[in-house]
Amino acid sequence: MTSGLLLQYVVAGLTYGAIYAVVGIGFNIIYNATGIINFAQGEFAMLGGMIAWTLHHLVPLPLAVAGAVLGTMVVGALVEMTFIRWLYKPSVLRMIVITIGVSILIREAALAAWGESVRALPYFTGSEVSAIELLGARISPQVLWTLSTGAVIVGFLVVFFEYTRVGREMRACAQNRDAAALCGLPVRNLVTLSFVLSAGIGALAGCVVSPITYTSYGVGAGLAIKGFTVAILGGLGNSLAAVAAGLVVGLLESFSVVFLPTAFKDTVSLTILLAILVLRPAGLFGSREAARLKAF
Amino acid sequence: MTTPAASAWSRAAAALRRSARLQLLAFAAVLVAAQLLTRAGGKEFLLTQLTMAGYYTLVVLGLSLLMGHAGQISIGHAGFFAIGGYASAFLTTLDLSASRRLPVVALLERLHLLVARKDLYGGEALGVEPWAAFLVAVGLTALVAVAIGVPVLRLKGHYLAMATLAFGTIVGSVVVGTQRLGAADGISGVPPFEVLPGLRVMGGAAGRVANYYVAWGLVALAMLLLLNLIRSRTGRALRALHGAEEAAAAMGVDVARLKLQVFVLSAMIAGVAGAFLTHFNGGIGPSEASILKSVRYVAIVAVGGMGSLWGTLATSAVLSFLSLRGTFGSHDDAVFGVILVAVMLLAPDGILSADLRALWRRIAPAPRSREETPR
Amino acid sequence: MRHALLALAAAGLAATFPAAAQEPIKVGALLAVTGPASFLGAPEARTLEMLVEDLNAQGGLAGRKVQLIVKDTGASPEKAVSFARQLIEEEKVFAILGPSTSGETMAVKNLAEEAKTLLLSCAAAEVIVNPVAKWVFKTPQKDSQAATKIFQHMKKNGIGLVGVLSSNTGFGKAGKEQLAKLAPEHGIQILVDEVYDKAATDLTAEVTKLKAAGVQAIVNWSIEPAQSIVIKNARQIGMKIPIYQSHGFANIQYVKAAGEAAEGVLFPAGRLVVADVLPDSHPQKKVLVAYKKAYEARFKEDVSTFGGHAYDALLLLRKGVEQGGLDREKVRAAVENLKGVVGTAGIFNLSPTDHNGLDLDAFEMLTVKNGRFAVLGK
Repeated sequence: MTSGLLLQYVVAGLTYGAIYAVVGIGFNIIYNATGIINFAQGEFAMLGGMIAWTLHHLVPLPLAVAGAVLGTMVVGALVEMTFIRWLYKPSVLRMIVITIGVSILIREAALAAWGESVRALPYFTGSEVSAIELLGARISPQVLWTLSTGAVIVGFLVVFFEYTRVGREMRACAQNRDAAALCGLPVRNLVTLSFVLSAGIGALAGCVVSPITYTSYGVGAGLAIKGFTVAILGGLGNSLAAVAAGLVVGLLESFSVVFLPTAFKDTVSLTILLAILVLRPAGLFGSREAARLKAF
Repeated sequence: MTTPAASAWSRAAAALRRSARLQLLAFAAVLVAAQLLTRAGGKEFLLTQLTMAGYYTLVVLGLSLLMGHAGQISIGHAGFFAIGGYASAFLTTLDLSASRRLPVVALLERLHLLVARKDLYGGEALGVEPWAAFLVAVGLTALVAVAIGVPVLRLKGHYLAMATLAFGTIVGSVVVGTQRLGAADGISGVPPFEVLPGLRVMGGAAGRVANYYVAWGLVALAMLLLLNLIRSRTGRALRALHGAEEAAAAMGVDVARLKLQVFVLSAMIAGVAGAFLTHFNGGIGPSEASILKSVRYVAIVAVGGMGSLWGTLATSAVLSFLSLRGTFGSHDDAVFGVILVAVMLLAPDGILSADLRALWRRIAPAPRSREETPR
Repeated sequence: MRHALLALAAAGLAATFPAAAQEPIKVGALLAVTGPASFLGAPEARTLEMLVEDLNAQGGLAGRKVQLIVKDTGASPEKAVSFARQLIEEEKVFAILGPSTSGETMAVKNLAEEAKTLLLSCAAAEVIVNPVAKWVFKTPQKDSQAATKIFQHMKKNGIGLVGVLSSNTGFGKAGKEQLAKLAPEHGIQILVDEVYDKAATDLTAEVTKLKAAGVQAIVNWSIEPAQSIVIKNARQIGMKIPIYQSHGFANIQYVKAAGEAAEGVLFPAGRLVVADVLPDSHPQKKVLVAYKKAYEARFKEDVSTFGGHAYDALLLLRKGVEQGGLDREKVRAAVENLKGVVGTAGIFNLSPTDHNGLDLDAFEMLTVKNGRFAVLGK
């Protein structure tokens, strides 16, 4: 194999990885604040793409994306206030089931609103055919947009959770909700905020991948499974690790195509996920101790 | 205040709550009554969807034991259903008539493990006898369940959810990626399964009543097994395990073994359901192995009340029946989502646990003082 | 339940006024309106809804109103089986239109056959009508003809080495099988044959594999958005070779989604999507333009060939009833012998050995020019 081709597979892997990573990050915020996994995260991404597509008929792209992010944040807040806020110490199993239910509702609402047609935002820069030449391989500028959006989000989250007061309070409330409440933290509002943030990040992810993957009412589940995979693989709660895991999974899938029928591409990444879960239950980059604390 | 009739009623209700035997008798009575009603109403065609709903109910009963009593989630049970169904379908639709000269094939045919059948176009094919195929299918399901269960059941919470989800997805993509299993088209033309002489699992108006009783007889059998299990020593150990795994282990419960046994049992029940429904439908497709199916099973267990076998049974029977009749048209998933979310919010312990009075108090404007509301 | 009540009411009315109000003819439709094959089922359902309304306004079939019962299968065979039994056993429908996918059609084929109910499938796979089952027909063109059309074009342009991509759906599977079967007789060699997931979001690795194998052309066979993604990815990594698509590409939304990348894509398709530019003398022109106009005016979306398959299914049924009255066996025999019926997919000439009735001429090689479909210059 020539180095150009080899690099082309790397680029393909980066493309997959960027998509998985940017969706996977969204899972971590709600997890960090509440210890639950939001199975409706993929639907936030779908909503982002759909709303932006609709707004783009009226306003320029950056405004449409901003509007989509804001709109989805409102949906996130509504979801939390309607379904989650007034539950008293829900079990993990119950939260999984409720968020699955919410995801079904959002999906069906989107079907009613937009129909089954496929939509795509235009490429942020360049067009469907443009690519940047890189040592004999070619990469679509949108992949770079996706990667850098992922980087910006991770940077924002690290600063937010480590250095801002609200962020630290959110972490406190994930670690011990009762204690956080005793200390006078507005626990319920912090949880709402985590949904708002997570919806916003999901929507941004949905917008930035839309030119590559397209958006239709049903894409949420597929995105969520991949995002969930990398969030778990990285070690829940760690956004940087989710990005790293996303790229690892993307590269593995890409190179699996060289040796195996592509019909089994998903099987490859999931088998590896199963193996890693069994061998390192805390994820690739998570610590065993932390995982034990977070188990329930 | 209570009238004699009312107190007799409540005594009967209390007895029903205590005795599994009475519950099963009442269940049998309901089954017979339902069948007689469809006959009297001239609507015997409803039995077709009731039969299919019976097999899906079988799956969720096993899952209810796993989730509600052992506290282990599985978002991959459609995978086990599919393994049972696909193995049966594959073996019974094989055509080995061209390899009759091979000694193995000849021997198997002489042992009646291979049987000839006519296909739609009048040709003859030599496939595996359905009983033999069924046993292989359930055995295979059990094997896979052990192979997956041993490593995966060490995980907890979201990690277990993800691992089982991954397993289910893998089964789905293997099924749809394998030409010999019909890829996206699935397998059709699966012959009837003669469970007992004269009793065939197959579709069509002729065998409708018999098939209804086969499906729901299996459900009753599973109920009997599960009710006895949770009332036994094993059941108590399971509850201990659900409550606190470490404590249960300290008390001498072999936690890993117990979890595995329950996992394999529930997988085998799913495999049995898959095999029977495949014969009843005359085929199986990749949609039976999809993650959406697995998610639906989990959700039905949750709506029925985690661990409430009767609640799960009722929920599954009603929802599967309505869905298979296409009652909600294109809004099938939407209605399901609404029910799911509503039940989880208003009656988190399942639909049978719904405390309607409490619900009313929450929704209705609050009364001025507590004393005014009679308890 | 509601249908049963309606039927009861209708029966009651018919008893009171025997001549005035007759029971409607029930026609069932098994369509994947939602779910993974909604690209097929949704336009099919809309088409039927529109056509049956028009038909009833014109007096219905054989002087009786048509009651269309659409069942949304979500593309799952088990639901198709359940609904088919429902339509046959309790609704006692006169005929069934659909299913949309080949897996579902194969699952209900036996049921239709046993119940002696006409099944007019909208799915493409060849196995549906080959071997022929007495009561089962299909309206989309044959995959083998699409493949032949593509290979003929390749040969003319000196292409011998190709890479085949298809999605893991019934549509993709059927096409892939025909391509593999027919390649040798056209002297074409398939170097890479890959199947991707129907929900695939990016296919850069797959096209890289084709590039590495040194293929002279790509053939892609699917109905999902992925067929549009394939073209983008191939162009993005700098492949300039011809890209062929199946007739599944005849849906302008995929051209719009692929933008610039779609320019020059080659594919065989029925003439529906190029109805406007057909010469007036073409026998299909009138039918195509009328359907396209009516559909687009009513649903505010571009017509696709899939809705056309449902159009043709209803058309064959209508012609059958016109000749055979309301006797099931007679209608079946009439449908089987229909000749020269102008539909959206082509001109149907059915026979007892050909339950599809379309020939190679049903396809036209099309391409994309300036974001629109165009007939390839001969």
